[in-house]
This record gives sequence, structure tokens and C-alpha cells, in this order.
Amino acid sequence: MTDQAAVVAGGLGEADDSAILRTEGLTRHFRIGNAMSRATLHAVDDVSISIGERQIVALAGESGSGKSTVARLLAKLYRPTRGEIYFEGRPLSAIRSRRDVLRYRGEVPMVFQDPFASINPVFRVSHGVMRGLRLHRPDLSAHQRHEEAERVFEAVGLTPAAEVLQRFPHELSGGQRQRVGFAQALALRPRLILADEPVSMLDVSIRIGLLNLMAKLRDEQDVSILYITHDIASARYVADRLIIMYAARIAEQGPTEELLASPKHPYTQLLLSAVPDPRAPLGVGAETDRGEPPRVIDPTPGCRFRARCPLAVEECHTVTPELTELAPDHYAACHVAASGAEVRAFG
Amino acid sequence: MATLRAPGGSGGPGDSGQTATPLGGPAGGLYLPPPGAGVSGARSLRRMTRAIRSNGKASVGLGLLVLFCLVALFPGVIAHDDPSAEIYGRALGPSAQHLLGTTAFGQDIFAQVIYGTRPVLLIALGVGVSATVIAMLIGVAAAYLGGTWDGVLSLITDVLLVIPAFPLLIVIASYLHGASTGVLIAVVTAVSWSYTARQLRAQALSLRNRDFLEAARVRGERSLYIIVVEIIPTMTSLLVASFLTNALYAVLFSSSLQFIGLGNPNTVSWGTMLYWAENEEAFQTGQALWIIVPGLCIVALGAAFALLNYAFDEIGNPALRPVRSMRGKRVKRTG
Amino acid sequence: MSSALGNGNLPRSPAERTAGTVLEVRDLSVEYAMEGGTIRAVDAVSFDLDPAEFLGVVGESGCGKSTLLFAIAQLLAPPAAITSGSVVFRGQSMVGLTDRQLAAVRWKDLSVVMQSAMNALNPVKTIEAQFRDAMRAHGVTSKHEIADRSAQVLAMVGIDAVHLKSYPHQLSGGMRQRSMIAMALLLTPELVIMDEPTSALDVVAQRSLMVQIKELQEQLGFAVIFVTHDMSLVSHFSDRLMVMYAGRIDEFGPTRELFDAPQHPYTIGLMEAFPSIRGPRVPLTGIPGSPPNLASPPPGCRFAPRCPKVMTRCQEETPELYHVNDTLVRCFLHAEDGAGHD
Repeated sequence: MTDQAAVVAGGLGEADDSAILRTEGLTRHFRIGNAMSRATLHAVDDVSISIGERQIVALAGESGSGKSTVARLLAKLYRPTRGEIYFEGRPLSAIRSRRDVLRYRGEVPMVFQDPFASINPVFRVSHGVMRGLRLHRPDLSAHQRHEEAERVFEAVGLTPAAEVLQRFPHELSGGQRQRVGFAQALALRPRLILADEPVSMLDVSIRIGLLNLMAKLRDEQDVSILYITHDIASARYVADRLIIMYAARIAEQGPTEELLASPKHPYTQLLLSAVPDPRAPLGVGAETDRGEPPRVIDPTPGCRFRARCPLAVEECHTVTPELTELAPDHYAACHVAASGAEVRAFG
Repeated sequence: MATLRAPGGSGGPGDSGQTATPLGGPAGGLYLPPPGAGVSGARSLRRMTRAIRSNGKASVGLGLLVLFCLVALFPGVIAHDDPSAEIYGRALGPSAQHLLGTTAFGQDIFAQVIYGTRPVLLIALGVGVSATVIAMLIGVAAAYLGGTWDGVLSLITDVLLVIPAFPLLIVIASYLHGASTGVLIAVVTAVSWSYTARQLRAQALSLRNRDFLEAARVRGERSLYIIVVEIIPTMTSLLVASFLTNALYAVLFSSSLQFIGLGNPNTVSWGTMLYWAENEEAFQTGQALWIIVPGLCIVALGAAFALLNYAFDEIGNPALRPVRSMRGKRVKRTG
Repeated sequence: MSSALGNGNLPRSPAERTAGTVLEVRDLSVEYAMEGGTIRAVDAVSFDLDPAEFLGVVGESGCGKSTLLFAIAQLLAPPAAITSGSVVFRGQSMVGLTDRQLAAVRWKDLSVVMQSAMNALNPVKTIEAQFRDAMRAHGVTSKHEIADRSAQVLAMVGIDAVHLKSYPHQLSGGMRQRSMIAMALLLTPELVIMDEPTSALDVVAQRSLMVQIKELQEQLGFAVIFVTHDMSLVSHFSDRLMVMYAGRIDEFGPTRELFDAPQHPYTIGLMEAFPSIRGPRVPLTGIPGSPPNLASPPPGCRFAPRCPKVMTRCQEETPELYHVNDTLVRCFLHAEDGAGHD
């Protein structure tokens, strides 16, 4: 199947008990300030998501929404303040020994955002792949490692693989370096790749190639991907499931097409109306929202979007809304939407 | 002390991150050079020699250093007299047999200067290397490990930094009566490493959050591996600078110690020459060369290291280079 | 929403030049003196700008759009320099002016908004102090006038005057960008040049900033040159659009015309590389390959190595800009001599 066709065909349905990775009430707080004024920054609050087999799940939100912190929690770079992460049913907090942690890292690797900073400039691009293979697949001989490195480079479209492996990072373009990142992850034979804004720093005409690659990896290499992004359009293009985060909480989640066709949360609607699409007039209403997502420091209970929401009611100021299922597999955390009223806030 | 890594700090929408700044060059997206143009060892060596030759400071500095190294390696070839032998006439002026004259004790000054090069160079290189190694281990470890490790190592570094180096040197050296070359190296190293340790720590801190280090961590690498294999090779220019700085200060410190008599006065070195010359009141008695020449040598060697230091800065960081203006390409004024 | 579209001004001959043009750029070329040789980052770019016109300059990394901007504002520093061509601003040639002469023009008639406010604003001075510096540098000395004007421009961009006393880091990203724009408008210039001012902002903040800029432009009547890589964003606000590739203009014309019927294969490829959130989900291809190495550009058309419609002619000769209705297209497919189709 060509890369492009893979995108449209989409991945298998939903995640349930076959979930590769599942979080329950995942929370991460940071203490900020000095001894004089201690405060708590809520980076991630009560996030429950699940990613199944052969799925691309997009985690979308603006800067400060918490999406990158979620990725780092899942990559075991941070420890959760509260809540739990389950990998194939086993809680991450039980994964302690170096051998177990190493095995987890091989199953859930990460691809980073900045193609110019995510590869060590001093070594050839083969360095990362070979190190990964050495650490995670010690059963391979040196010759087999080389073969495997070439295999993954070909799988991500870096050909001729043997030649590209000998290059230095500065000799490759941004798009090629991102492919190297994916190849490094692929070499570990992962279940799930955490992709933290992998195309944000690439030129527009290059992005599509990477997005198509992600779909191809899902289909041909049996890998799921958590695609973190702020760009809804690219999330729509490649993801089976969409999760929208706002101010450290999940605002809405559901199957991509369904969610975009009928967004339930006012924030989602705001976001969609602001995405420029040359073929459609930009949603410039009488009221152009000038607000910004809050930095969540020592928050009070209540919906965090209430300051910018034209539909806010009494309850929104006092009770933090929970995610409720408003349509099959489509959840939103909004009191107004949950009450059954038709939500049409923006655009 | 929680380390706050800016949550959601990843770049804003659509930042290709590569818009051209005129000061930095037209860059932007990288281009794929023809195959076979990869950077091999030979090619980068050629680039390095070209860089050195085109940079005035580098050429002069390197030239001087090479000269001194040759002198230190083959002193017998240049000076035929025994530097310690007190057999010549005393306090003679310059002549054909004694190019720089003789000392108050009847030693040939020229021979002393030539033979005195080796100990100085040994100290410079010895201190340069060991101070840099210590600074690297402590500075980078402090930066990467963070937390209490950083606290402890930084405390040690800072304490040593605050204590004035030279008085400390004097105190230590006077305990060890008549310090030999080896002892001098150890002592000067102990006093100098803290300065560059701070620099290296600062740079390592700035590198610490670079994605490729996080990528290594996520790959499952151990901390020690990351420090040694991933971080340190990217700091080579600062390490070279650290070596040169330490070498420079070693020359000055050790010569000063010897000058005030805390070295071993029986060894032949520029510093000890100064000591004896001062003792014998060389200036006043008209034996000016005895004091001036070793002093000039110290200055010259120090300058060599300093010039190389500047040059490496410029070679490594194009922004510091003297700027080529577009001469000869005048703008054609059109209507 | 947007004011009347420009009439697709094409570069006119000197005889036809009217007194009204704000900016005329003719055959402007910029080169960088690098170790291996010179790199021509901007290659013979020409265009006119009318008063109160909004021109969008679009392209990907390395296309020369930012260099072009800096060249127009005379902000190039070695190793970059303008090597040929002219920039005539309000009838006065800008190239070759001394710093003193430029200072008279800068900010009063022509101001610049940079990509990142944190880089352009002085982090140790309050907004008020920076506005004051800018105004004093151009002869506004009355404290009263300075205070009034500062509050006025902030109000124009929707920031409360209390923030005059704030330091840049105390403001949010969106507010910082707005302050930069306010600063650019202090002396009511005729032309404001903007280098990707919305890149560091989020989608919602981006939209509100763009709307704000457009409103101000219609209110105060200044011309805007807006450089960006995000074609869909600028398309809603620009009168004309210029697409650059590898230092050259590839397509240039009224925004709507360009969008509804793009002519150049690069423009077409670029527009198709934007996935849409509305409409059916279709597989896209992007544009294979990478931009050329400007140190040794390919002969003929620079897009030829990546062009799906390449012909033999494209690799031998360099296409000129040909007319297609009101749009200029640098492509042999539209060559006027009719030999455009193989």
C-alpha cells in the first residue's frame, strides 16, 4: 500500500482491553518558586487515555496544555505525581529494575521535535541506531546489527541506506533527520512510538512525507503512534483518534472524524474556527477571542476554560467538569454540553 | 529542588525554525551534498590547517609554540654549553662564545635559556592537561547529575575559586621546600582547575536539555555513558580553550613561584634564572640580559597560548571572526 | 473584512511610475560571501508596493524571503550585502545611504516587526522605556506627548495601558507580539515590514493578532510586507501574494486569483501540502526532494529537479516571469512565446 493510501484507509478501531498503553488519572505537578513563595504548577491533571494496537492517537493542544509533559511521563522521564500508567496491563511504577526499564524503553521509544538538536552532531547518523540495537537487541551479531540498521533506514525511506548511514547529521536535511529519529525508534521493535511534535519544525512541503510515513509504519510495521501536536489539521490527516487538551486537562476526545464533524467542547470549537484554511473564510466573528491558555498554578475548582467561554454558567465556576460520554466513544468535559444543550460557541 | 522543565515548552505552531538571519548566513534547510562528500578525518584536518593558516593569531601563536617545543626537545642541538657549569668568566657581556653573556656565577646565559625551556613547557602542558581533565570530570558531572551531587561539587569548586590562587600557591609551596617540576605541576593544577570547571559546568548545563541527550536517556543509556560519550565530545572547543588557559596560567604561576624562591633553585628554568638574577641584583650590576631574556621568554610563551586561545575561539565560532566586507562588489546604482 | 484587492500591480517602467508607489524594488540581488564562494540568496527580485497595500511574501526555509526583507530595510550586515538592484522608498533610493540618513527614515516612515518579541524587545527595560527611547530617537521630546502616544498605541493593539510599566517577560507571548507591533506604529510609518510575527504564537492568538493587524492597517493606512511560511494564514489578509523559491519570485499576483487558480507547479505543490480540517480526507503528497544548494544552483529553472511537470527546456534556460491574467508566473508552461508545452 502506498504511503498516501495508508493514511486514508486509517487504522483499526478502538482501544479497550487490548490497549498497549493506558493511563488512569495521570497527574504531574511541579513545585515552582523559591523558599519564599511556594506554588504548584499543574502540568498534567487527571489524564486518562488509552492507545490500542495499530492506532495513531493524536494528542493536540496549545503550548502549555500539558501534552509534552504527558509524553515525558509515558517515556518514563518523569514520575507521575498521582495516577498510574499501564503498559500491557502492567503498572509502570512496578517497572523498577534496570533491565525492566530498559525493556520498556525498547517498547515505547520517543521521537523528538527538533531535527537539529535531537541527533548528536559529533557522530555519524548510524551512531544512534547502532547504540539502540546494542542496548536492546544484544542477541544480534555485529553483522546482523548492520543489516538491521539498513533495514530500518530503508523502511523510513532513507535510501540508499548503507550510504546514508555513513553521513553526518549536518549533511542531511531536516526531514531526513526526522526520518533518522523514526528509524532509531523502529530499530528497537517498539509497540508504541511517542512522537513529540515530529513535524512542527519542518517545512510544510516536507511534513506530508513524514505524516505519510507514520501511517505506513502503523500499517506495515505494526506500530502504534502517539502523535503530539498543536496542529489540528495534521492530526486530522493522520490520526484515528483525537484527544484535545486544555490547561492540563482533557477537554474532549473521540474518533477523529466524528470529533471534528461535531465538536462538543467550546474550546474545540474555538480551536477549529481559528485554524486557517484557504478554501474557507476565516471565522472572524464579531468577537475575536484574545485570551490565552492559563498557566495552571494552584488552580481553584471549576472549568479552566470558563474565562474565555461565552457559554459559562454558574456550575462552571465551582465544579470541575469530568469527561462524560456524549456520543459513542466521544467524550467531552463540559457542563453545558453534558446537560444535553446544543453547544455552539465559536465560528 | 524540583527541576522544572518547561511543560509544553515545545515550539509554537509551524516554526520551521530556519528563517534566514543575515548575520548568521543564508542557511535554512540543509542541502544534500553529492555522495562521497562526507567529512572524513583527512578532510577535516585539511579544513583545520586552512583555518589556522588564514587566521593571523593562530599562525603566530602556533609558530611560537612549535618553536619553543623544538627548543625544549632538542636543547643540545642549539646550545652547546652546559647550562649549570660555572666554569666561564663571571658576568661577561654578550660575545661570540656567549651569545647572551654569562651569569654572576659564570654560567652561560644562552644555554640556560635554552635548557630552561623544557621544564617550563612540561609544567605548562602537564598542568594544562591535568587541570582540564579534573575540571571536565567535576564540571560535567555536576551539571549532568544535578541535585545534591551538583551542590557538593559546586561547593568544592566555588571554595577553591574564591581563595586567591597565588597566595594559596605560596602557602602550599613553602610547605614543600624546594618544589620540583612534578610537585609544581600538582600544586598549580590543584589551584587552577576550579576556574575552568565552572565554565565547563555552565556549558554542560546548557547542553543538558538538548534533545539528543534526552534521546540518549530515552534510549536507555546510563548516565556515565551519556557524560563521557555524548556530552564531552560536543564540548571539544571549550576543552581546548580550557587547556590553553590553564597552560598559560601555569607558565605564569610556576615562574612566579620560582622567582620568589619557592621552586627548586638548583634546577635550570626561566623562573629560577629570574630568581638568581634578582638575588645577584642583575639590573643594578649591568647584567640586564640575565633578567630580561628569561622574562621575555615567559611573555612569549604565554602570548603563544593566549593567541591560540583567541584563534580557537574565532575558528570555532564564526560570529567572532573579523568580518570580510564585500569589497570590489559595489552596488550598481540604478535610476 | 479585507479592503479592496490591489489591481495586481506589475513592475512598471520608469516612465510609468506614479507618485503614489510606496516602495519600488528593481532587480534586487543579495549575496553572502562565504568561505567556499558567494551565495546569492535573493536573485533579481522586482516588485512595486502601493500605499496601504498588504503584500504577503511566502516561501519555505532558504527561499530568501527574510533576506529580502532585511535588504529592503537596509539591515544587512557582512557577510551579506546587496550586490545589485535598487530599493526606492517614497521616491528615495535606500541602497547606499549612510546610517545617519537611514536613521531619519527608520521608524518614522518604515518600521520592522521581528519574528520573536523576546529577541527584539530589551528584556531589562519596561515597555514604556522602550517606547520612549524610540520616540526620543526621532525627535519627540515632550514627556506629555510620549506618554500619550504610548498609551494610544497600546490601546490600538488591545493592551491595557497599565502594562507600560511591565517588563517583556511579564507579558504573555501574544501580548509581547502586540507590543512589538504597537512599537512599530509609534510614529505612524507608511510601511511596516513584518518577519513572521505570528510564528511563535498559537493558532488562536495567531488569528487574533492577524485580525488586529488588518484592522490597524485599514484604520491607519500603512502598507505591510508580511513574510511567512504559512500560506493559508496570510491568504485571508493579503491583497497580493508573492511566492518565493530559491531566491527568486516564482509566482506573484492578487491573493484570491493565486489561491483559486495557482499556476506554478511549486505553488500548486505547496498548497496541496496543507491538510485541511474540512472536506474529505484525501491522501497528499507534498513535494519530494529538497530546495537546491544555493552555492551551486541547478541550471535553468531552480524548481526543475522537483517539478512534476518538468520539460527539457526547463533545465537549459531560466524562465522569465510570464503573465497569466493578473499574475506573474516563472514557468515555461506559461511562456508567452507559446513554446510552453512539450
